[in-house]
Amino acid sequence: MRTDDLVTMLATGAGAVQPNQAARRYAAALGWGALGAALLMVTLLGPRPDLAAAILLPMFWVKLAFVACFAAASLLAASRLSRPGLSLARVPGVLAAPVLAIWLLAAIALARAEPTQRAGLFFGETWNSCPFLIAMLSAPAFVAVVWAMRGLAPTRLRLAGAAAGLLSGAVGTLVYSLHCPELEAPFIGFWYLLGMLIPTAVGTLLGPRLLRW
Amino acid sequence: MQRMQETGRLDAGEGRLRNLLIRGLAGDETAYHAFLRELSAHLRAFLRRRLVRLPDEVEDLVQESLLAIHNQRHTYDAGQPLTAWVHAIAKYKLVDLLRRRARRDLLNDPLDDELGLASAAETDAADARRDLGKLLEQLPERQRLPIVHMKLEGLSVAETARLTGMSESAVKVGVHRGLKALAAKIRGEK
Repeated sequence: MRTDDLVTMLATGAGAVQPNQAARRYAAALGWGALGAALLMVTLLGPRPDLAAAILLPMFWVKLAFVACFAAASLLAASRLSRPGLSLARVPGVLAAPVLAIWLLAAIALARAEPTQRAGLFFGETWNSCPFLIAMLSAPAFVAVVWAMRGLAPTRLRLAGAAAGLLSGAVGTLVYSLHCPELEAPFIGFWYLLGMLIPTAVGTLLGPRLLRW
Repeated sequence: MQRMQETGRLDAGEGRLRNLLIRGLAGDETAYHAFLRELSAHLRAFLRRRLVRLPDEVEDLVQESLLAIHNQRHTYDAGQPLTAWVHAIAKYKLVDLLRRRARRDLLNDPLDDELGLASAAETDAADARRDLGKLLEQLPERQRLPIVHMKLEGLSVAETARLTGMSESAVKVGVHRGLKALAAKIRGEK
């Protein structure tokens, strides 16, 4: 086929293109992913029994704010990596900011605590299940975000896979934090992050295979 | 030096090409046709420079990139430089091609290099070796017929629907999926 004929064929009947498709796909993916995670959380884990009392504690909202900021930052990363040729210059800084903030709070909490209490602040009571439950709750969002990306055109597949994992991890963590009894910054700054890094690693490994076009 | 000239040319054309694409995305087919036509010349220069050792692949890759750009045109962000978007897609397809070839060359000795067979691309022809028409024939009917009637014969959605007995939305979906399937066939054929 001659290239001119291909050009004519592609242009014929091409019609208008719906604008903002990336935003629509991500809105749908996050909605379904969060819904899936919420259903899993409610059926398998249940929200923390003292949720009504917990929402009066400032640290509950600090925790939620950290996860929400991290989710917003990974949404920026994922949505920019889903389209060809967009600059990623701001992404590392935006991702690092919430992490550095929670680490600062963790450092302050550890410095203020008695040496004998520090291990308790770091390990809490659920450190050995927290990362795995976060990874489990991020599974629905992972599927949904990969679907969103496959309808767009990522060109750096490994990075895009990592961003998909990070975003789904953040969505899973947001839902998990309604179940999780822990409120200490040292716990959140390590085990929550570790939980989000599990789907990130999976995304990095599978990105080239799942996202190729 | 040549590279500077090449980017310089698209920079000068960037505003005009971008304008054509944006009008095309809004539904102006004449503008979209002009956009693709000018873009194919730019892609040819861009890829020829990067495929100096594989001149026979250039036109195939120009067509593959055009198909990809068309299929992914919804991912263009109007606030973004057109050059960056086009080059990212063309490079992605270039790397994909080189990877496919590397895999194939591991299995087979690249005889054509050794024997120095004459290169067809010496003659500047805008003919690809790959026949997209033949690939089109391999698509299932629900994708092939909408493409043939709408995109090759230039019929409208309604006319195509009447002719094939498909619903109008099935015709649109058939065109969309068919062009994506065509791109997937190109990727998998080697």
